[in-house]
Amino acid sequence: MATSVSRARRFAAGVAAAGLALSGLAAAGTTAATAATDDSGDSGDDEPTSLTIAVAQEVDSLSPFIAVRLLTTNMGRWMYDFLTNYDPETGETIPALAEDWETSEDGLTWTYFIREDATWTDGEPVTAEDVAWTFNTMMTDPAAAEANGNFVENFASVTATDEHTVEIVLDEPQVTMLALDVPILPEHIWSQVSDFGAFNNDTEFPIVGSGPFVLTEYEPNVSITLEANPDYWRGAPKFDQLVLRYIDDPDAQVEALRSGEVDFVFGLTPAQYETLQNEENITVSAAQGKRFQAITLNPGARLQDGTPFGDGHPALQDPVVREALVRTIDRDAIYEVAYGGLGEANGGYIPSRYDTYHWEPSEDETIGFDIDEANRLLDEAGYAPGDDGVRVGPDGRPLSFRFNVHGDNPQYIQAAEMMAEWAGEAGMELLVEPVSEVGSLLDEGTYDILTTGWNVNPDPNYVLSINLCSGLPTELGGPYLSDAYYCNESYDQLYAEQLSELDVDTRAGIVKDMQKTLYDDNVFVVWGYADQLEAYRSDVIASMTPQPDPGGNYYGQDGYWSWWSAVPAGEEDSAGSGGSGDDGGSDDDGSNTGLIVGIVAAVVVVLLLAFLLLRRRGATADDRE
Amino acid sequence: MADSALPTAPVPQLAQSVRDRSGVRRRLRYYGEKLGGSLISLFAVILTSFFLFRIIPGDPVRTMTHGRPVSIEQQEQLRRDFGLDKPLVEQFWSYLTGVLRLDFGDSFQFNRPVTDLIGDRIWPTVLLVGTSVVISAALGLWLGVRGAWNHGSVGDRVNTGVALTLWSVPSFWLGLILIVIFASELGWFPTSGMESTGVEGWERIPDIAHHMVLPLVTLVAVVYAQYLMIMRSSLLDEMGSDYIVTARAKGLRDVIVRRRHAVPNALLPTVTLIFVNLGFVVFGAVLVETIFTWPGLGQLFYSGLSVPDLPLVQGLFILFSAAVILMNLLADLLYPVLDPRVRP
Repeated sequence: MATSVSRARRFAAGVAAAGLALSGLAAAGTTAATAATDDSGDSGDDEPTSLTIAVAQEVDSLSPFIAVRLLTTNMGRWMYDFLTNYDPETGETIPALAEDWETSEDGLTWTYFIREDATWTDGEPVTAEDVAWTFNTMMTDPAAAEANGNFVENFASVTATDEHTVEIVLDEPQVTMLALDVPILPEHIWSQVSDFGAFNNDTEFPIVGSGPFVLTEYEPNVSITLEANPDYWRGAPKFDQLVLRYIDDPDAQVEALRSGEVDFVFGLTPAQYETLQNEENITVSAAQGKRFQAITLNPGARLQDGTPFGDGHPALQDPVVREALVRTIDRDAIYEVAYGGLGEANGGYIPSRYDTYHWEPSEDETIGFDIDEANRLLDEAGYAPGDDGVRVGPDGRPLSFRFNVHGDNPQYIQAAEMMAEWAGEAGMELLVEPVSEVGSLLDEGTYDILTTGWNVNPDPNYVLSINLCSGLPTELGGPYLSDAYYCNESYDQLYAEQLSELDVDTRAGIVKDMQKTLYDDNVFVVWGYADQLEAYRSDVIASMTPQPDPGGNYYGQDGYWSWWSAVPAGEEDSAGSGGSGDDGGSDDDGSNTGLIVGIVAAVVVVLLLAFLLLRRRGATADDRE
Repeated sequence: MADSALPTAPVPQLAQSVRDRSGVRRRLRYYGEKLGGSLISLFAVILTSFFLFRIIPGDPVRTMTHGRPVSIEQQEQLRRDFGLDKPLVEQFWSYLTGVLRLDFGDSFQFNRPVTDLIGDRIWPTVLLVGTSVVISAALGLWLGVRGAWNHGSVGDRVNTGVALTLWSVPSFWLGLILIVIFASELGWFPTSGMESTGVEGWERIPDIAHHMVLPLVTLVAVVYAQYLMIMRSSLLDEMGSDYIVTARAKGLRDVIVRRRHAVPNALLPTVTLIFVNLGFVVFGAVLVETIFTWPGLGQLFYSGLSVPDLPLVQGLFILFSAAVILMNLLADLLYPVLDPRVRP
């Protein structure tokens, strides 16, 4: 017994020593935390103001020649200037590096006049040579064409005719000449690169660009820091720093916003949006969607030469069945229920935010929700109900369709369940099956109905081009563009017309005709556009320009307007409610670290004491035995 | 079982040396078999990893370019760059020769050698998961011994109940709950990441420790029950053995019986478990690393699978399997040292 007690004393002394050591650590922790939070705080005069965005996608490459991910292409917009930009309010083309431009009458020669007040961030002037070098490299080196090659496929030549004039000659008229989303690179730096396929541009910082932000620091999977370019010709951004911070999990991102570790999150779910709505110091934003949500009804998968493949339900090749199925979809109910009202029910292919090109059916064109009509159509076409209530086709096959839904999208799943219910009322069976990946279903043509959706750019050319007959695969397993094996000659013809039509209004008319064709064919069935849900800390960001203004989004703009225009909240307003606050916030965090280490120390002490007590009890028991 | 604990009768000198020679042979054969088995397993892993990940649905090029204006020509170019246009046999051959040179190729999505990516990510995982193995083993073993010795007591029932409950909790869910309470509401810990930006030198140590608390607690909470249950049940087995009765009958103190007699014998099954789990260390904890954005191999694997980034997932799969195979081998080799009963 006596030995036990003295041992216990020795332990206690040890614990005390450990406690002292830990408090030393606590002090170290405090300094570390202060240093750590400084980068995201707008504290005092000498501290930079910083806007931190939570991101989940990782960097594929920092070379604009090969970067294809949304994150890196967005960053390309902030770091480099393009020939033209998009107006923040209307989304229409406005000058950027090109101050002005001219077109020859046949539309084949384009001349761009490069502004004289633009400089690279290393002080060199931006010249027409840089522009010509960028495009020529993409035209001659396949590795440099990986990301943006589609823009130059039709280019015959690009020449710098003088220091501030670039002339591009085309093989065929191309309507996207004012939507060339290609970052212009500094020739004096990039011409030293030997292999564009292997060069990631991630070894030397700061990265020389000509945009409003300069990438100064990149820690893979931790953060990316961009600093304001004070010499940007349009004016310097108001925040000193833009920081992208990696947080993989969407729920963890929301928590980081609540705790003030990040200032901006995007891609929220309706549920997250509603939770954040009532939070103090957080502003939520439901922007008009850039993306449409849709289903495709497999009209018979086939190669470009017409060879069928896959095992799509043959009944979906009957336009009557497709129309009947579409008649059972209540688009309004989908957005009301599955999207919590945060979206717009619409059948048009181009979202309504692009009002120049947006089309929606007039009342008499609408193929709207009408289950009676669906039943009538199917009755008339001879699809009589079988014993189980499911209609049977002339070939004896019941109208029972596989409905594959993106399993990671709860809204899609809910909408699919609703659609299955409605379709059932018209004697059609939808077997809803969530899948993790739809690519292989498309590759092999092994689906009947599939959820889908596309982001739409201000210029609709690309998203229209995916539904061309030439978007079908040429061989089984070969590359393709469409999600729907769509092929319609009159659609193709309209596409060719709009491609060479340089008058915006005339072109818009053709584009609308194309959308009507898509709508009438009931293959690509658009439900509408879910809102883009975002949230930011109003105690850090006083204001930002959305696109379109008003009602638009902040992240993923066509342009850099949100971050360029963002105004830091006044220092007196930004009371420290987390890491992104002012000095007070930093101090709070510092003492928090101290507190934590203190608690950890206390827990260790308690555990050790408990251990000791248990041992003593054990010893006593032994003695008794 | 208890026989082996009894002293054996002395053996004549001559017989002893004969036994030694055949013993050496037996031992060599034992080690040879274990080593050979491991090599065969490793080779099987290398073979299957190539085909296994080609069964995953999805086209890497399509996944990576989806939603971007990409023409069919660009898709074809990417395919050529990734070597996906070559016949499968040719792809397999270049993969095999690459693996033998420890070259796993370039990751599709990061455009960098897979070995570089693994090198960057391995230490965060070893730190986090390694620490969690040590803590959960220590905690589990300690609680397991306590539980078995006082089995049926309130403390035992509570401990086992808590451990089993935590074991059945999904780690990502527990992690998220911890984030909501301790990071977001109380603000004691960062919500994610391994360190703060701009922290240099010695200050990184407390900073990383600070970031590590929540993921570590999550991992330990979910895992320690394994050790507890195995330790507890094997100790309970031992407690019924004759040699324990003998030891007690000799009048040894309870603590001595437990520490010198019962626990060492009961420890053996847990040795294998610890080694196997050490093998899993490099695998990380995919979900926990993802929820806390811990920049380790688990998170890397997750991002590789979603593409699928074939060279990356293949390389990681081989690494993970090799680690488990190696640790199993070590456990096999160490076992005879710890337990005379399985000595060849």
